[in-house]
Amino acid sequence: MMMVIRRFEEEAARHYAKGNIGGFLHLYIGQEAIAVAATEVLEDRDYIFQTYRDHGIALARGMPANAAMAELFGKDTGCSRGLGGSMHFFDVERGFLGGWGIVGGHLALAAGTAFKSKYAGEDRVTMCFFGEGSTNIGGFHEAMSLAGLWKLPVVFVCENNQYAMGTPLERTSPLKDLSIKAKGYGMVGDRFEGHDVEVVQERIAEAVARARAGDGPTFVEIQTYRFRGHSMSDPAKYRSRTELEQRKQQDPVALVRERLLGLGVDENALDDIDLEVDEEIDAAVRFADESAPAREEVMMSTVLAPEGDS
Amino acid sequence: MRKLRYREALREAMFEEMERDDRVFLMGEEVGHYQGAYKVSEGLLDKYGERRVIDTPIAEAGFAGVGIGAAMVGLRPIIEFMTWNFSFVAFDQIISNAAKVHQMSAGEIQVPIVFRGPNGAAKQVSSQHSHSAAPFYTHIPGLYVVQPSTARDAKGLLKSAIRSNNPVVFLEGETLYGVAGEVPDEGVEELIPIGESRLARAGADCTIVTWGRPYYTVLAAAEKLAAQGIECEVIDPRTLRPLDTALMVQSLKKTNRCVVVHEHWPYGGPGAEIVDRLQREAFDYLDAPLERVTGLDVPMPYALNLEDTVLPTEERVIDAVKRVSYAK
Repeated sequence: MMMVIRRFEEEAARHYAKGNIGGFLHLYIGQEAIAVAATEVLEDRDYIFQTYRDHGIALARGMPANAAMAELFGKDTGCSRGLGGSMHFFDVERGFLGGWGIVGGHLALAAGTAFKSKYAGEDRVTMCFFGEGSTNIGGFHEAMSLAGLWKLPVVFVCENNQYAMGTPLERTSPLKDLSIKAKGYGMVGDRFEGHDVEVVQERIAEAVARARAGDGPTFVEIQTYRFRGHSMSDPAKYRSRTELEQRKQQDPVALVRERLLGLGVDENALDDIDLEVDEEIDAAVRFADESAPAREEVMMSTVLAPEGDS
Repeated sequence: MRKLRYREALREAMFEEMERDDRVFLMGEEVGHYQGAYKVSEGLLDKYGERRVIDTPIAEAGFAGVGIGAAMVGLRPIIEFMTWNFSFVAFDQIISNAAKVHQMSAGEIQVPIVFRGPNGAAKQVSSQHSHSAAPFYTHIPGLYVVQPSTARDAKGLLKSAIRSNNPVVFLEGETLYGVAGEVPDEGVEELIPIGESRLARAGADCTIVTWGRPYYTVLAAAEKLAAQGIECEVIDPRTLRPLDTALMVQSLKKTNRCVVVHEHWPYGGPGAEIVDRLQREAFDYLDAPLERVTGLDVPMPYALNLEDTVLPTEERVIDAVKRVSYAK
């Protein structure tokens, strides 16, 4: 799955450059271990929210690459029928409740779906992802306050990729360790590195178990790094080549490959998987390219929900 | 029919809808133990308990967002803003989330939520607490905006708003809470559809379109004008988005002139929208330019004499009607 995300996004970047994809395109490359580990821990009935950097988690949750790529191409077959684009992937059937475009704006929504779980006595955990840049805006504070106060079954996952767009953490926060913020909201905090999928899975499982047991929310800070700029228009000149090269030594995808080889898995078998992934992504691009464009009647008919039967 | 205050009519609507549907809950500041900052929710906590009548910290963006999230997965929240002035710190939640997610998700996610609370000037609460919020919210596709003037409309429209599958901005009036009006008897259920205007007073000489607090100013002015031989027809749109102009156009065919009276500022907003539509939809029937009587284009002052000047007055309404009627 990590390879699917990696290849999907490399291909998306290529088609952005070719003009087949417009608007904003925020890549997740370098952070894949988090999406894969988190979805592994969650049940099908659980809810997930993500920011605009949402391709990775959507694919990890099981969204077909075809629907994802078609959305980027602005097609009717896309996961949001061409109405959302890169930043607003949705897959309600799989509990993926959106990519959201306003920093900090979706955290309260996640507290809201968790509120519903508690209100209705349902065993559903909500997991909400956001960047470290979100931790300075009011939306973060109010959502964390209410979730802590009402002990809602939600896990707040801060993917600390070190840069809020182009501004490094030391210039946006007086804290190096963001997880201590959890204390201020009466919830448990945790903090760990995000490049090793097994570590992420183990630690995030603890937070999910806490929410599921009714013991309240957790604030998890996962330290990670994006290998690309903030979006496609960002050449990332605010960081050094050395820093980037050092971080690439901890590429989560390469780490998994090394580990599998170390366990004695045949290299040819891994290469075969890579080829399969290549084919899947190539097929997704073909599907997106050949799909019918987004439709005006869908745009007009979805401004408001149909009335009746309430 | 029986008489109820506007506040009691709203309260009855919430009692009835909470009784009917367990998915409906009320959330906001002081709605429970305090019994509502304006006593609209009085008694709800005693009946439905803390599970469904939920006091919040002072965190409008937070609890508006919690409501939207809960609505996205099937609940039907009523979110009370202590006043609509405080909704501005939750603006992003309403605009970017509640109004957008149905379309962003290609129709997969509905947001059946009501945001309600008192709107507009009260008495001498000055510039930050006197906003007439309709223009901000009527601008947004994906929202309904309702502003009832009478107790009957307040009850019937709130019930419809709670049953709607879409986000509804429900603008009440603090100065209207104590105003009594006729409401159907207990046990008689009335759902007033969102998006329908109402004829409030019949008359052949001049049409006046108005809603909210100025509704009562206009009715008083209409009586004075009648004594001078000018019979006004008063129409209350009740819902500002979507806007129903059919009744207004029909009236204009008879009166050939129209004054729009509203509390909000003159720049844009539903008042300007009504004028724009009527000049196109009834152009051939107009004998005079459409006029508006609005709140003056200034932040609301504190001093009572100045506040009275800013809000639409009977004199300004009478003058405008006379101008479009070419009467002295």
